[in-house]
Amino acid sequence: MQTKRTIFRSRGLPYLLLAPQLAITIIFFLWPAGQAVWQSFLREDAFGLKTSFVGLANYTRLFHSPDYLNAMQVTLVFAVSTAALAMILSLLLAVAVDRLIRASRWYTTLLVWPYAVAPAVAGILWWFIFNPTIGIMPYVLASVGISWNHLLDKGDAMLLVIVAAAWKQVSYNFLFFVAGLQSIPASLREAAAIDGAGPVKRFFTITLPLLSPTTFFLLVVNVVYTLFDTFPVIDATTEGGPAQATNTLVYKVYMDGFVGLDLGSSAAQSVVLMAIVISLTVVQFRFVERRVTY
Amino acid sequence: MVENQRWLDILAHITLILGVVVVAFPVYIAFIASTHHPVEFMSGMMPLLPGDNMVNTYTEVLSGGVRAQMTVPLTLMLTNSLIMALSIAIGKIVISILSAFAIVYFRFPFRMTAFWMIFITLMLPVEVRIVPTFKVVADLGLLNSYAGLSIPLIASATATFLFRQVFLTIPDELMEAARIDGAGPMKFFRDILLPLSRTNIAALFVILFIYGWNQYLWPILVTTDADFYTIVAGIKRMADVVDSEPLWNFIMATAVLAMLPPVLVVIFMQRLFVKGLVETEK
Amino acid sequence: MAAITIENLGKTYTGGVSAVRGIDIDIRDGEFVVLVGPSGCGKSTLLRMIAGLEEITEGEVRIGERVVNRLEPAERDIAMVFQNYALYPHMSVRQNLSYGLKNRGTPKAEIARRVDEAARILEIGAYLDRKPRALSGGQRQRVAMGRAIVREPAAFLFDEPLSNLDAKLRVSMRGEIRALQKRLGTTSVYVTHDQLEAMTLADRLVVLRDGEVEQIGAPLEVYRRPVSTFVAEFIGSPAMNMLDGEVAGGTLRVGGASLPVGVAPGKVKVGMRAEDMRLAGLGETAIPARLAYVEELGAQRLGHFEVEGQRLIAAFPAEQALSDEIALTVDPSALHVFGADGRRID
Repeated sequence: MQTKRTIFRSRGLPYLLLAPQLAITIIFFLWPAGQAVWQSFLREDAFGLKTSFVGLANYTRLFHSPDYLNAMQVTLVFAVSTAALAMILSLLLAVAVDRLIRASRWYTTLLVWPYAVAPAVAGILWWFIFNPTIGIMPYVLASVGISWNHLLDKGDAMLLVIVAAAWKQVSYNFLFFVAGLQSIPASLREAAAIDGAGPVKRFFTITLPLLSPTTFFLLVVNVVYTLFDTFPVIDATTEGGPAQATNTLVYKVYMDGFVGLDLGSSAAQSVVLMAIVISLTVVQFRFVERRVTY
Repeated sequence: MVENQRWLDILAHITLILGVVVVAFPVYIAFIASTHHPVEFMSGMMPLLPGDNMVNTYTEVLSGGVRAQMTVPLTLMLTNSLIMALSIAIGKIVISILSAFAIVYFRFPFRMTAFWMIFITLMLPVEVRIVPTFKVVADLGLLNSYAGLSIPLIASATATFLFRQVFLTIPDELMEAARIDGAGPMKFFRDILLPLSRTNIAALFVILFIYGWNQYLWPILVTTDADFYTIVAGIKRMADVVDSEPLWNFIMATAVLAMLPPVLVVIFMQRLFVKGLVETEK
Repeated sequence: MAAITIENLGKTYTGGVSAVRGIDIDIRDGEFVVLVGPSGCGKSTLLRMIAGLEEITEGEVRIGERVVNRLEPAERDIAMVFQNYALYPHMSVRQNLSYGLKNRGTPKAEIARRVDEAARILEIGAYLDRKPRALSGGQRQRVAMGRAIVREPAAFLFDEPLSNLDAKLRVSMRGEIRALQKRLGTTSVYVTHDQLEAMTLADRLVVLRDGEVEQIGAPLEVYRRPVSTFVAEFIGSPAMNMLDGEVAGGTLRVGGASLPVGVAPGKVKVGMRAEDMRLAGLGETAIPARLAYVEELGAQRLGHFEVEGQRLIAAFPAEQALSDEIALTVDPSALHVFGADGRRID
């Protein structure tokens, strides 16, 4: 691994410099993660008096539990829909901003601030807007003949969390799409125009393919975001309901661990999640490496 | 631009204005709600224009005068959020810049091990190890404390990698010149490295401040004592009233106050914010 | 000020790769020594070992009477000028010059005096309060020199300090460095890959090749009597002509000509400087050559010839007419004869 050509000679100092970071990493990251792995092989009896080693039983139980399989499905639908919605909207806005030179700064400022809104607050805002008794959206929807109640309807609940989660992510995607668009040399689009391609055709044959590294990068980031950072959105809006319709994998770890107190199962779920993060990180790094050699 | 088609420009403006409206809509509604009297929500239709109760609402939430829904005034929650956000941002920056310095400017046994240990934290977000981490913090007696709120969140591979990247782009000769000029490692760190990383530190600070301020799950877990509630985690507790319809104007006022500090940071430090965002994703 | 003694110096990296080995150089007090060689010859490594930036694995370096092998760069009483100048970008010129003195605890008044003195010598007084990025390449170069001067060190170490400048500035800075060094009388070690820079600056040249010393000597000495084909072809421009030849019975046969020489029989390499070549007069031993093309340099013209399938360059006065087929000759005393191993044998 890279260092400087010359280095400082000191025996103790580097360890001293690393100590705070490593101490926190070991105490709050590695040790708990190890505990999760260990716990996932154990089961406590009903009274919490005796713990026994059960091997892979927690995992077998997990993958045979309809609730867990449901959570997987919910997570998949949620992640894909949120990523798609947030990315399409932001691409549209980014393309529009890329066209306008003078006004782009103002629009950018007006579009990026939702990044700073806490997911929990975003959840509360949309929860209020879609509140079946006093919210404005159900009122508007009723006037066109659609009845809305995310407290009872599973589809409505899923839509609510998707909208709230995507709303917050648009600004992030927007910034990266704008940067991606600006890095496409103007000469390429000019060449295509000379070749007789109209604006729409240019977008689909030149801009979009050249934007694919950014798009792929954002896809991974958005999936990671919906998997792990949307816990507050769900907790603030639907709390996983109705009837588990919005109970994602992360929300379920929390519920089973803190509310259900099923430590073995919660730990096994944690381990599964770690496996997911590790594979996503590998995908992301593979991609970054490829981007370097472009 | 390639060609000057007027209708495309107009289309772009319309798209962006619609986008801005959609993005701003929820916040507008929240602000409107916070300016009305609670009774106005009983009618079944949320008002769309500002009411006359704004001053009253905000004074009451800030001073904690709202009985039954809040146990502590918002000023306290805002202070707690500020302390947590600052501790996390500063803490992360300090420990990452030190470890990046060690990794780049020294060669020592177990250097790779240290690097990989830090790298692994990328793959272990709080969400996947909630229960055991909570247990560690509880065992250390850190529940209901600022230390418990912030320290477990300050290890960061991203920030360490960012500083490593920054240091690697600083020419080797600068460190050699400093050594010839009689600067030891810490003197070099203070006199040369820190000033040269100033804008990176500022950009990272903006991102980390937002990250810290917006924490939700962790504060909910480690604070049961209302004196340590943060505002983002506090809203949910306000909205969860069992026996009556929530006091919407107060909840929405809290939501507005909760998003105000980080949003202002983004708007007024947009350049640093964008730099930080792009750099931390490299 | 001090002499620098380098004894049997070597550097082997962990993993066994050797950068330099067996280096012996005595640098006298106040002398200007230039280390020259192609890239990868170990000249920079050698300089950095003297500076203390590269660890010494064999032999020793003495500055004055002290063995400095284990000393930190700051304790060696040297100053260094880097190729990219390595000015601290966030400090003003004045702060850049003072930093090293401040770290040594030099009194404030003394720092101010020395900075002003250096600024006067280098004519950088007008921009003492500017940041390096507001300076031109030449000005940065002066500041880098200033940082070395204020320290009043035992020795200056230069690591290709002129290679980031454009050609014209390089020539004028070269002169200034030389004049400054004469005036201050500070022992200097200078690294360059540019043989012309090396020739013009050095009291003595050290030609390095693959981590070993090939030849040490005054510039003209090295130019006139290169010890090997490597030095012969490296020093001087255009590069020395090198033709295959054979010696038998006290006669050297080269390029179709026979010349008397006093070396042992066998295959040899024959070196001839372009400026030693001339048109053969009637009755003189001649090398028949075919003209390929002519380069006009203004004061001179360089004829590029083909001789028995080998390339040969000869310099002529500007007004000299050249025909396509020509007879060239050279005085036997101007011949450089090298053995099959590339070592000088005449």
